[in-house]
Amino acid sequence: MEKYLILNTLNFPILSTLLIIPVVGAIIAMFLRGDTLLKFWGLAVTLITAFASLPLWTCFDQTTAKFQFVELRHWFPALNLNYVVGVDGISVLLVLLTTFVMPLCILCSWTYIKTRMKEFIIVSLLMETAMLGVFIGLNTVLFYIFWEGMLVPMYLIIAIWGGARKDYASIKFFLYTFAGSVFLLVAVIAMYIKTGTFFIPELMDQHFSFAFQMWVFIAFALGFAIKMPMFPFHTWLPAAHVEAPVAGSVILASILLKMGGYGFLRFCLPMAPLATSYCVPVLLVMSLISIIVGGYLALGQTDIKKLIAYSSVGHMGFVTLGIFLLNDAGIKGAMLQMINHGVTTGALFILIGIIYERTHSREISDNSKLGMFMPIYVTFLGIFSLSSLAFPGTNSFVGEFLVLFGAFDKYPLVGAASILGAILAAAYMLRLLQKMVWDDSDGHAHHDHGDSHGDEHGHGGSHALLDCNFREVIQLVFLTVFVFWIGLNPTPLLDMMDSSVAHLIHQVDVGSAVQQAVEHHGEHHALLETAGAWVKNLF
Amino acid sequence: MLNTVFMPELALMLTVLVLFFMTLGKFRTGAIQAASLLLTAATLVVTFASLNTQGNMFFDAYQIDALSQLFKVVIVLGLFLVFALGRGMRGVEGKLQCEFNMFIAISALGLMFLSSSVELITILLSLEISSYALYVVIPFRRGQGRIHVEAGIKYVLFGAASTGITLYGMSYVFGLAHTTYLKEMAERMPALVATQPLAVIAMIFVMTAFFYKLALFPMHFWTPDVYEGASNETTSFVATVPKVGAVILLLRLVSVAGVDITQFTWVLATVAVLSMTLGNLTALVQFDLKRLLAYSSIAHAGYIMLGILTADKVGMSSAVFYIIAYMLMNLGCFYVIYNLAPEGQNVTFDDLKGLSRRSPLLAMTLLVSAFSMAGVPPTIGFMGKFMLFTGALDKGFYALVIIAVINAAVAAYYYLKMVRVAYCVPDDEKEKIVLPVSAALMATFFIVVILVVGAMPETVLSAAQNAVATLM
Repeated sequence: MEKYLILNTLNFPILSTLLIIPVVGAIIAMFLRGDTLLKFWGLAVTLITAFASLPLWTCFDQTTAKFQFVELRHWFPALNLNYVVGVDGISVLLVLLTTFVMPLCILCSWTYIKTRMKEFIIVSLLMETAMLGVFIGLNTVLFYIFWEGMLVPMYLIIAIWGGARKDYASIKFFLYTFAGSVFLLVAVIAMYIKTGTFFIPELMDQHFSFAFQMWVFIAFALGFAIKMPMFPFHTWLPAAHVEAPVAGSVILASILLKMGGYGFLRFCLPMAPLATSYCVPVLLVMSLISIIVGGYLALGQTDIKKLIAYSSVGHMGFVTLGIFLLNDAGIKGAMLQMINHGVTTGALFILIGIIYERTHSREISDNSKLGMFMPIYVTFLGIFSLSSLAFPGTNSFVGEFLVLFGAFDKYPLVGAASILGAILAAAYMLRLLQKMVWDDSDGHAHHDHGDSHGDEHGHGGSHALLDCNFREVIQLVFLTVFVFWIGLNPTPLLDMMDSSVAHLIHQVDVGSAVQQAVEHHGEHHALLETAGAWVKNLF
Repeated sequence: MLNTVFMPELALMLTVLVLFFMTLGKFRTGAIQAASLLLTAATLVVTFASLNTQGNMFFDAYQIDALSQLFKVVIVLGLFLVFALGRGMRGVEGKLQCEFNMFIAISALGLMFLSSSVELITILLSLEISSYALYVVIPFRRGQGRIHVEAGIKYVLFGAASTGITLYGMSYVFGLAHTTYLKEMAERMPALVATQPLAVIAMIFVMTAFFYKLALFPMHFWTPDVYEGASNETTSFVATVPKVGAVILLLRLVSVAGVDITQFTWVLATVAVLSMTLGNLTALVQFDLKRLLAYSSIAHAGYIMLGILTADKVGMSSAVFYIIAYMLMNLGCFYVIYNLAPEGQNVTFDDLKGLSRRSPLLAMTLLVSAFSMAGVPPTIGFMGKFMLFTGALDKGFYALVIIAVINAAVAAYYYLKMVRVAYCVPDDEKEKIVLPVSAALMATFFIVVILVVGAMPETVLSAAQNAVATLM
């Protein structure tokens, strides 16, 4: 065990605390009354969780690729199943991202959620536990439990507080992701049967046969590609994003989508390195298609939320591209891009939520010429749009640059093709920015036909759109800090992932070395035969 | 010696006797329920106390071991929950309420006998005790037309036919093995099953009556109609407790046939696959909740079979775990159905509308039970499925497990549909459902048990493993 992990040396069990605080908060919330109290309670609990997670940043040991802050308890001895949680350079940033995004989710729902506040707070807090559990579980069963358990609160968030087509969107979300992950369960159990352990670091050290790796890889990759979402499994995302309430969209964009990338890095690459290198061409092509198709689809949207949703498909394409380049720059870029996407797209969804609360429309044409009314809003919109299209100086630039650097380093053609995605990103984001801030060419900006939205605006008439209030500015400023901090000085973040990424690449290389030996002996076809024999054994 | 070993059965017999004497007089519903609950609770305590006893009785035809005692606890617990769930017995004809409780208790008694029976004739007798009581009880229903009569007749006809087939199979088994004792059969059957198709057919025939009880394909035809026709109280019993009894006998019979993978295993595998596929696909289009649960129970029977047919420790103990899980989560659903139908009528998706507003607690119970049946962690249903798949993969049934997980994904849709209607479809006209404290407590019980045992299954699972160890 000591080979893989460093036990928690802080004087309190930090990771378990992070898991428990939201659950306890949710249980207490059941007994609270009054929407305002509940909102403050939710905010307090998520803030406490965020502060409790700070030691992960300050006390993190960057020199080792081992898992840190590990806690180990017996859970299910009969199956050699332990409760074991820990973080390494790959997961620690995602944990921090989760704990810091959650208070924003509560804040941005402050007035957006009008019904069933108690349920909303409870569900959001449970969601936080589930998401943290996915990132810190070091045991395939623990991972799976949180991975699947997360579906329930997320389903409820979309289904209860969603928009007009919430029924369709929520069911599609649930069934799509559930169907993807049941195969994950089979892979988890199959690996247990082979090795007798559920412990992730131990599973990484196994050298499975190629055929077995292929099955495991396909089962895992299916679940992760759906979550990611990767073309052609992306169709649930726009539906879920558009219908979800603002907090749901933020959670989806900032954290849920990252789980696919995290899964690839944690499971597919180290546990099935042979299969990974075998499948790299397919996955790279799928990533490129995601980047370009996502960009093109975003270009044609008139609904702001849909546009951002499709842009997510494109951005996530960059993440998978980086991951499957299997080199240092690529993987680091992908990791950084995950964080960046969490910050930037999360902020964009918060911005959409803000404008939707005022105009009750998500159509671009209904929200144009905002520059005249909402200067603060427009400033933030500008910052985050530029960040989304990877403008130099912003966070996404660093991530995309690293991914492209990795791509040109290894496959120049792939790099060249993905440049097209970056251009598309500029095209659709600038178009959005231009239309929302200045344009009134189509002549029906909101202030001309404010009556059609009814009188419930409560903004003192249809001509006055209130600019962002203090609560909204706080959220946006917080994220803006990250945009520029990561954009100008990404070294601290990159340093944190350094050892783990190096270790991961080492694991993949060691695994693939076996494959090269096999190929060298011209036994490539034998692999397919073993796969065939394995299929026969199935029946 | 006999007294202590036979204590659980005696306690339940006493319950039946008291209920029998109460049928002679006139009592209020509350009194009948209080007596039933109190006596069953006492039985539960006694059964629990005798969890670790062992012994043989009646010329070794009746064996008390860890397996039988665990199942007796589960059966009595199920009976207790059914009694507690049917608060007010609104679906049962007024003058038959005491008889209803008595017959249900007799049926549970038969199942208790069944879990200890290790000899073919004894098995048949116990089976008939439990079945006959149910034949009587199915048509006890108040004011819902004649639908319950149809249900009663279907249940009798299918039951009689399957018992006949079982009896026919027993004659073959006796002819092949020259004994009616399972223990002696276990020495001869594995060799016979491996070489003689007749032995396979005989074993399958013997199992038919238990397929019928468990609602496993091809003996599942009665399920939807009986569930729909019988009163909500009766259905909650028929859907859960007899299946527990069926599982223990299937475990015993499969272990008699031996651990090797033979044609016998493949017949069971086919039955399991057909059962889960047919059950899930048909459940997708149901509108009546009890019919939906009927088809879902056919599917669950298939999952359980996946554990039973492995005939080794991991698989069988997971089947034991799963049937306990199945009983709890199904009772959770029936509890919601029962409370949604003040007149004892059948409940459709329309009645679920706006449930989260009308009664948040009921909606929560439905949510937890339904997601548990769908196999979403961290519930008991997920742990059950996880164990089942582990057991089956361990034995090498990859294809079976893949079919099962595809089924689980399909099934998620209709469980989700229940939750969706309860939480998302508004219906502001109906008044709120006010649950009395006892009912609210029971809802909390279901939620807590399903979640806690799901997160910490060690105790139940080790009990299950101890239990199946006696079969090895």
